Amino acid sequence: MMNRELQTKVAVDNYLRLQFPAQSENESLARVAVASFAAQLDPTMEQLTELKTAVSEAVTNAIIHGYVDSPGEVRIECAIHQGVVEVVIEDDGVGIEDIEQARQPLYTSRPELERSGMGITIMENFVDELVIESIPEHGTKVRMRKRMAPVLDGQ
Amino acid sequence: MQLQVHDGVVVVKLGGELGHHEVETIRNEIEAELERTGHRGLVMSFRDIDFVDSSALGLILGRYRTVTERHGRMALCEVNESLARLFELSGLRRILPVTATVDEALQLVREG
Repeated sequence: MMNRELQTKVAVDNYLRLQFPAQSENESLARVAVASFAAQLDPTMEQLTELKTAVSEAVTNAIIHGYVDSPGEVRIECAIHQGVVEVVIEDDGVGIEDIEQARQPLYTSRPELERSGMGITIMENFVDELVIESIPEHGTKVRMRKRMAPVLDGQ
Repeated sequence: MQLQVHDGVVVVKLGGELGHHEVETIRNEIEAELERTGHRGLVMSFRDIDFVDSSALGLILGRYRTVTERHGRMALCEVNESLARLFELSGLRRILPVTATVDEALQLVREG
């Protein structure tokens, strides 16, 4: 009985924070860590893949667009509340001047890099809620929410 | 990644993760092989891929540009569900053929 209460508490309210230098070799670690954290909600493989892909897009954007491949730090905060995982990916990079333009499918600010311009479109399609806040010269914060487990009675 | 040449067509078999960090090396190796062999046809197989994001689309579109500039042809094959979904979102299927097997992809590229 004690155990069950403990598990319920963990499932209702848990969090994870990560901070790491903006280097591409950390992208894999970041998306795997977030997916592992979200796995406690017992999601389907498809839900987990979607979350992992969305996180990968946001972290990659922080590194190549936020910091334009120069040194910096990426911070991730994940929280679980009532079957929903919220992931915030933040950088202190150059920011986005025009978020509407950045959201356009196939738009890329760095065509020389062979990017497809589909990163934000993929995020929008793979999570339930996506909010992008950015202050030019200060940084960008991407907040995503995705329901991973059905709403249970009593929550 | 495995690089092979089948009767004048470069066949790339990709495995593992295809994110931003991974695609750079892959791109350089494919470009080097096309340059070295002088072949104009390219087949990319995604059978052993564990993870993909939009970086894979960039990799594919970049190779499509190279091959097209050389007046060659290109086809994709053995695409898993995750990658198929990215193809749908990006409209990539409108410009590149996707087949079930390497043999079918090779046939399409050779017919060109």
